[in-house]
Amino acid sequence: METPDPKLYEALSIEAAAVRPQESIWQRVRRNGSVRYAGVMLAVLVAVALAAPWLGTVDPTLFDAGSRDLYPGRSGEITTLDGETIKHTFWMGSDSLGRDVYSRVIYGTRVSLIVGVLCALLALALGIVCGLASGYLRWLDGILMRFMDGLMAIPAILIAIALVAMWRGSLATVIVAIAIPEIPRVTRLVRSLVLSIREEPYVEAAISLGTPTWKILFGHILPNCMAPLVVQGTFICAFSILVEAILSFLGVGLPPDIPTWGNVMAEGRQQFNDYPHNIFFPGVFLAVTVLAVNILGDGLRDTLDPKMAKRL
Amino acid sequence: MLEVRDLTIALPPNSERAHAVQKVSFSVARGEILCLVGESGSGKSVIAQGVMGLLPNTLPVTGGSVSLLGEDITRAGLARLRELRCVRMSMVFQEPTTALNPVMRCGEQLDEVLEEHTRLSPPERRAKILDIVREVQLPDPERMVASYPHQLSGGQRQRIMIAMALILEPALLIADEPTTALDVTTQAQILRLIKELQARHGTGVLFITHDFGVVAEIAHRVAVLRLGELVELGPKDRVLKQPQHDYTKMLIASVPTLQPHGRAADPSAPVVLATKGLAKTYRDRSWFAKRRDVHAAQDVNLEVRRGQTLGIVGESGSGKSTVARCVVRLIDPSAGEIRLGGEDIASMSPGELRPLRQRVQIVFQDPYRSLNPRRTVGEAIIEGPLNYGVPRAEALERARRLLELVRMDQGALARYPHQFSGGQRQRICIARALAMQPELLIADEAVSALDVSVQAQVLALLEEIRTRLNLAMLFITHDLRVAAQVCDQVAVMSQGRVVEYGPADEVFLRPKHAYTKALFEAAPGRDFAFGAA
Repeated sequence: METPDPKLYEALSIEAAAVRPQESIWQRVRRNGSVRYAGVMLAVLVAVALAAPWLGTVDPTLFDAGSRDLYPGRSGEITTLDGETIKHTFWMGSDSLGRDVYSRVIYGTRVSLIVGVLCALLALALGIVCGLASGYLRWLDGILMRFMDGLMAIPAILIAIALVAMWRGSLATVIVAIAIPEIPRVTRLVRSLVLSIREEPYVEAAISLGTPTWKILFGHILPNCMAPLVVQGTFICAFSILVEAILSFLGVGLPPDIPTWGNVMAEGRQQFNDYPHNIFFPGVFLAVTVLAVNILGDGLRDTLDPKMAKRL
Repeated sequence: MLEVRDLTIALPPNSERAHAVQKVSFSVARGEILCLVGESGSGKSVIAQGVMGLLPNTLPVTGGSVSLLGEDITRAGLARLRELRCVRMSMVFQEPTTALNPVMRCGEQLDEVLEEHTRLSPPERRAKILDIVREVQLPDPERMVASYPHQLSGGQRQRIMIAMALILEPALLIADEPTTALDVTTQAQILRLIKELQARHGTGVLFITHDFGVVAEIAHRVAVLRLGELVELGPKDRVLKQPQHDYTKMLIASVPTLQPHGRAADPSAPVVLATKGLAKTYRDRSWFAKRRDVHAAQDVNLEVRRGQTLGIVGESGSGKSTVARCVVRLIDPSAGEIRLGGEDIASMSPGELRPLRQRVQIVFQDPYRSLNPRRTVGEAIIEGPLNYGVPRAEALERARRLLELVRMDQGALARYPHQFSGGQRQRICIARALAMQPELLIADEAVSALDVSVQAQVLALLEEIRTRLNLAMLFITHDLRVAAQVCDQVAVMSQGRVVEYGPADEVFLRPKHAYTKALFEAAPGRDFAFGAA
């Protein structure tokens, strides 16, 4: 066909030759205030968990009959495994067995963070596989989703209690038990994302380019689901930390000698009226951690979700 | 009546330019239709929102004035704006589907306007509603008023929108691309309706469009916008026939003519693709409801020869895209044959089909969704060749050569799609399709989402590629002007069937079927010779 003079186009710079500047997702995320504050808070918690032995703690399983039910800030004695007795200041008091609450809370950070992160990763991994399969392979959809519906109909805590009771309490059991009830939610999210993304022209283009199905699923569809999944992951993480504490508090989680915030609180439940510090300090740590993770999730959603970004 | 003077509207900081609209002045007299024409990003819709007082806080008016019947709208408060809307000025939007509330009956939505702005009693309001519905020439007004928006067609919905806008006889009607979402035959009716009503009531109309065909059809005067600045303003005939500004000249020259190109096609070239009795039926399956069949395509017989372009022309829902998607086997045809060279691919299993996939490639309509946002351009282009065992280095080399062919810089390989404009992305998509070295290239409305100037360039590129690589092309479009420029053969589709099929010259100059004739009748601005400038 006859086209207008190309020079005219150039003079008018119809197709902007300059390429738009690139701002990476990471840069956008870092600019978000809540992501930054929550990130710093979580970084501090991770540092505390890693540096637990050097923060003036003693072995959290040690107890001393002479130092039972001390108020915060009191000094007392504690007996090490070698039978040696040392002086120790109980910054957060001691429990009814004479264990140092401060040491138990600081060491408990490790368990809580590990449970939160691993539960989120496990639930996401299994949920992604189920969701991709269910969203892309239509024949599998009905079967898989009805199974997930069934799983969702049972209260999460009940499933967790049942599973822990079946397998005996260990860290791995608790993580699996908390992650399983989360899988249906992730599956549903991934499935709905896949259902809309599979209709995108770039997926159809990949089909006509002869790309194998598994490559389409993991190379084209999954990367475009990641933003909402990261956000969902943070919420699962926060929820798992809470559920772990609840299970321990109910006495169906990790064995009581392992220091977790839930165990410390469970220990302090009997004497809450006289010695509230046993519940107060682990409670504050739990609240701060869950809050930080939730704020991080909100911040990520604001920056990663284009619909939210438009409103700003 | 409407007087816009030195209107300047700022964009949020860090935008591509400082102002959405800069020092724009124009006026609309009583009974006049002024067309605001411009490409995307020219600021035409922002002006409409400014006049209606609908601008979001992020786009503040920083200078100038908009006065309607002597009253400055930019200074009016929210309460005053509410009083003015519908009474003195009203607006018709592009997408009637989303502009109407889906859970309210059309009559209730019209009634809302009257209830808000008049003191009429319910029976009076009802009479008035029926009057206006009759006036916008909707059949069976009683039924229309009682219907929900989803029960009406796109054209009927747009008529309801127009009824709503005109029910209080405003002095000014703003129509923001009111026919862009409609089919060409419906568009012609709506344009005629707006013209009639406007003449009868003496309404001033500010008509926003990107389509010069529509301008030729409806405008009294034309204002051309470019990047927020007014470049030309004048009577229709002068602007269209003797444009002054280079930009206007270029825009008008980019509009394809309705005259077929008249290039001779070799009738003995080998057939690359042939369909025989191709059909696609969608089955509405549910356990309790009665089974319902929807025939998206029926008995489609087409042939595409090497080095030639077959155009499939039709309105939305005519089945033209269904045919394309069947040929690429993105959907499975229900019946018929698709012969690619000698082989019938219509009923092949995915495994058998895989080696043949590279021979047919497709370019889609929406350049913003055709590329995976998380992959670089280079990865997108080499994906296909890698799937078929081409070594990475060779695939990259091929990608570089292809980028050159589609006139893009090689630096593009490492960049992500969002860094490119729509036209550039469409070039990348073409390069991606060509990387497979196909025999048949399908362009499914590939230039429909592009601005007219970019469209002209991409069309020229496709044309060049077709001749240079001696490709067969299946070109699907709703735009007769585009079809006239690129097609050697044309198939006109309507309701899933091919109603007319033949050489482009025959079909364009001597249409036989009534539907084809109606389609040409409806083509906006057909009396104007565009593209010849």
